[in-house]
Amino acid sequence: MANILTTETVTKRFGGLTAVNTLSIEIPEKSIYSVIGPNGAGKTTFFNCITGFYKPEEGEIVFNGRSILGLSSDQINHRGISRTYQNIRLFSNLTAIENLLVGQHPLMKATLFGPIFGTAATKREEKAALEESLRLLNFIGLAKKGDLLARNLPYGDQRRLEIGRALASKPKMLLLDEPTAGMNPNETEEMTKFIRHLRDELGITILLIEHDMRVVMGISEKITVLDYGEKIAEGTPKDIQGNQRVIEAYLGRGTAGQVNH
Amino acid sequence: MEQENTTSWWRKAIQSGVIGGIIAILAGLIGMIESFHARDIIAGRISMGETLLLLIVIGFAYSSSRNEQLPISTRVTSGVITGVVTSLMIVLFLMLGAAVNLRSIFVNASPALYKILTLEIANTSLAYIAIIVIGAVVSLAASLVHAATPFWKRIISSGFAIVLLLALLQDLIRISLTPFPFITSVLSWMFGRRGQEGLSILGAIVVFLIVAGAIYNDAKNGAARRARREALPEAAKRTRRWVNWGLLGVFLLIWPQIAGPVLSDVTNSVGLYILMGLGLNIVVGYAGLLDLGYVAFYALGAFTMGVLTTTGGEIFFDVRWTFWEALPFAVIVAVLAGIMLGIPVLKIRGDYLAIITLGFGEIIRIMFLSDFLKPYFGGSFGIVSIASPTIGGIVLDSPQTLYYVILAACFVALFVAHRLRDSRIGRAWKAIREDEDVAQAMGINLTATKLLAFATGAAFGGLSGAIFAAKLSTVYPHSFTLITSINVLALIIVGGMGSLPGVIVGGLLLAGLPELLREFSEYRLLIFGILLIVMMLNKPEGFVPEAVHKREFHEDENLSHAAGG
Amino acid sequence: MRQRFLNRINFTDIALGIIGAALVGLIVIGSFKTLVEGNYTTRQWLDFVVFGIAQGSIYALIALGYTLVYGILRMINFAHSEVFMAGSFTAYFAAVSMAKSGFLESNTIIAVLILFAIAMLTSTAIGVLVERVAYRPLRRAPRLVPLITAIGASFVLQYTFKGLYGDQFKAYPEIDTLKGSYTWGDINITKVQVVVILSAAFLMLLLYLYVQFTKTGKAMRAVAEDKDVAALMGIDVDAIIVRTFALGAALAGAAGILYAITFRQVNFFMGFIPGIKAFTAAVLGGIGNIPGAMLGGIFLGLFESIGPILFLDGLNVPAPYQLKDVIAFSMLVLVLLFRPSGILGERLSRTKA
Repeated sequence: MANILTTETVTKRFGGLTAVNTLSIEIPEKSIYSVIGPNGAGKTTFFNCITGFYKPEEGEIVFNGRSILGLSSDQINHRGISRTYQNIRLFSNLTAIENLLVGQHPLMKATLFGPIFGTAATKREEKAALEESLRLLNFIGLAKKGDLLARNLPYGDQRRLEIGRALASKPKMLLLDEPTAGMNPNETEEMTKFIRHLRDELGITILLIEHDMRVVMGISEKITVLDYGEKIAEGTPKDIQGNQRVIEAYLGRGTAGQVNH
Repeated sequence: MEQENTTSWWRKAIQSGVIGGIIAILAGLIGMIESFHARDIIAGRISMGETLLLLIVIGFAYSSSRNEQLPISTRVTSGVITGVVTSLMIVLFLMLGAAVNLRSIFVNASPALYKILTLEIANTSLAYIAIIVIGAVVSLAASLVHAATPFWKRIISSGFAIVLLLALLQDLIRISLTPFPFITSVLSWMFGRRGQEGLSILGAIVVFLIVAGAIYNDAKNGAARRARREALPEAAKRTRRWVNWGLLGVFLLIWPQIAGPVLSDVTNSVGLYILMGLGLNIVVGYAGLLDLGYVAFYALGAFTMGVLTTTGGEIFFDVRWTFWEALPFAVIVAVLAGIMLGIPVLKIRGDYLAIITLGFGEIIRIMFLSDFLKPYFGGSFGIVSIASPTIGGIVLDSPQTLYYVILAACFVALFVAHRLRDSRIGRAWKAIREDEDVAQAMGINLTATKLLAFATGAAFGGLSGAIFAAKLSTVYPHSFTLITSINVLALIIVGGMGSLPGVIVGGLLLAGLPELLREFSEYRLLIFGILLIVMMLNKPEGFVPEAVHKREFHEDENLSHAAGG
Repeated sequence: MRQRFLNRINFTDIALGIIGAALVGLIVIGSFKTLVEGNYTTRQWLDFVVFGIAQGSIYALIALGYTLVYGILRMINFAHSEVFMAGSFTAYFAAVSMAKSGFLESNTIIAVLILFAIAMLTSTAIGVLVERVAYRPLRRAPRLVPLITAIGASFVLQYTFKGLYGDQFKAYPEIDTLKGSYTWGDINITKVQVVVILSAAFLMLLLYLYVQFTKTGKAMRAVAEDKDVAALMGIDVDAIIVRTFALGAALAGAAGILYAITFRQVNFFMGFIPGIKAFTAAVLGGIGNIPGAMLGGIFLGLFESIGPILFLDGLNVPAPYQLKDVIAFSMLVLVLLFRPSGILGERLSRTKA
């Protein structure tokens, strides 16, 4: 299985602080890959490097065989990477449908001329986009809530909508930043199933940041553990579970050996 | 506001009263009361100045009695205390004014002001007592109404509001009704005798009763009537809509004939502001880019039109084109300027963007005014003899004929704005407004999208400027100040940012009213400022908020209230 | 490698680069020509320099108000320019009455101190009022809202003062004791300029000491750093914010008097241009940075004073002094474009929107 994304010694510094330190990972196509680590380990920063929000000081990032280092976020989105955010950043004052329509922006072509003059091509495009949005709405389980403002949706629905928005651009890889944050066990179970469904149905590679170990161990095929910006372990869930260094990182030194998983 | 401390309500009431008093005194000292006094609300009896004072007292008494956790008697007492304290402050001010010559500092502390405040009662002690008594009575009434059922509150305040509105818009109404002499004579008893403004007492009472009756009726039967309307078949609804729009269209077309030259001119100014508002609405309302230098595009459009069509004075570019030939160029120049302005500021946000665009606007104004560019643009003398538009030999240079050009321009702008709002680019703009970084992560090219916003906005601004130049047939750099930008900004904010009907409402209110009410226009910017603050504190989405677009052709999507889950 | 470089450079950077290079080129050419033509004597240049420093000191005092408030609330206090105007304008009446009674001449120092007091008190009152009425309720609102409120407040103040005192330009009385100048070789400083520069320096020193060494000053810096954490540390954030506004306003009031004795004209609109320039100065020095505001003010004053003659004249621009304000505005635009963190660098984190 080819690797859809590889990073080579990616390093991101903020002044004197090295948030991500020579991180090299390889993500196989169509896998579910998790990045975990204690708070502040640099996981979201790493995501931001991949999506082009930060430009790493060193290293290389290759997606689908081409370097994406230094590209802007929108260019990277066009290449096929989409993401969600740790603290849900929907377009609050737009409706759910509008959020999904915006998500399809990179797939559409209309600019000024088409809409103003109401060309047939634009009308067709809008119609198709709307149908796609409705389909997506259904897919994420928000079937009758299309006209609600994003900020009026309940928390769980907002998370799904954010994923829907990310899916709208038909990405090849999806970055999910703590998708189950703030959820109860039932909702977490639903979300886990949903993520697996995404990969199975749509063939999308999933890169996940998660704190909930049940989720991580439950669906990941491969895991990388970060601590202070560095990779301290990598492998299958089984490999990680028993790893001393990982346990130490999460629970602090001195507690290793006292924990049963 | 959370639970208010109920124990010191009387202290709060006094505080309110003091603030109310200060506001009333300030209103007097800045000359507003005296200015407003020139216009009557109730012919011969109550002037706008006196109304202002009353409204201040009522307003503060009203807010004093709003704490619903207190018993009614306390609320009413609270209101009365505030009212009395306010009146007391006015009395104290009068006493001070009698003893000390305030006029050397406060230019408007004139005998005329004192006369108004004392209600023209000669005997000072009597006047003082009268003021306090009136204050008490009025605040008593206001707090009673407030503490009473909301039902009556709405009726009474609406009634008063409409009476006030009719009195203020009296000229407008009378003028627009002149072609219908029958109606005019029927209504003549409603207004004061010819020559005196304001409603007659009878008129005021009748209007009040009618409005009160209408709202009462609406409250009782309105829901049923609305349900009946909703239940009509789709075809019938559509016909109704067409008829409504049709009537509006006809009205707009014949308006200049009804309005006459003066009022048409006012309408034209309003139209130009609405046109600019539509442009700025795209930049600020859709894309969320706060541009305080918008007047620059207006200026560029006007000056380009001027330079290309002028036939008088010392001309540098002696081309002497016609209006229609020069118009596209004026718009293009504005668009180019929009792009040039947009490029450097692409990465700048929020407050800084506002200041930088303000800087640009000022730079352009100063440059046009300078001797440096005088040979090209006329310096402080401006450009004269600008061409008017012509259609097939008819020169459209009167307000009534120019109206149609402006109307057409507004329609074009409205159409474009409407079409763009629900398009891919419109959504991209809104996404940028909501969260720029996320918008970019969703594949939106910030550079192109922002520049398009600036360009489109600039196009409308330039169009407006070009027509403005033709309208006045001269342009002076003095007409293009920061204040114009703020005017346009104010009107889209008050109307409702991002909302097209909002721009129109805002334009009518903030550009139209000051023209109609000369007294207002003197204090126009002060009122704007107050309006901006009040709106931001209470209703930042504007009077006509941006509508949430509902998809009409999928009924199963149109569902209701949030708590689904 | 080249691919990466091309990816990093984009259209904006090229455009900005061209604009920047063009401007620098113009300035260099203009200055060169002026100096070569040698139309101005050393004495004149020094006059410009002194004038620039005096002018700059006034800007610096006002700039401190902007920078203090931005540091704490991350917002531009648009109404600050009117706070400056309010103090100056109100003290005018006291000045006139003191002049009439002769007090102004006989006890100049005390009289001027009284004027300072009146101006600073008025400005402080207005500044605090604006904070309480217009800004405090909107602390958590989205960015656009307080900005618009600030603009509204600015207008309200301007036109209220216009209504109260009229729209005529009022002339501050001339103070005989302050007439005349000191000469020192080629350097000529008027007494007024001495007062301006010394008072400004004194006040700025006081402010610096206050912010660095007093408890309130430390609290202010804490709140500027992180409001929520400061609150958790037991600091009364609201009170500190009020005090910050008051401090900035007082300095603006003082600046108002200095402005008045220099230019001797006050009017309800006088705050607008100095306000923008002071804001430019604050950004120039690094917004949120107190020594930065001081330096930025002086620098702007100098640049504005020497600039028109130095390079505009060389470029054969007629009446270069008309474009003095353009220089200031352009400086503002340029700083925000090329170095928004200012000369001494922002003391704030990157998030701005």
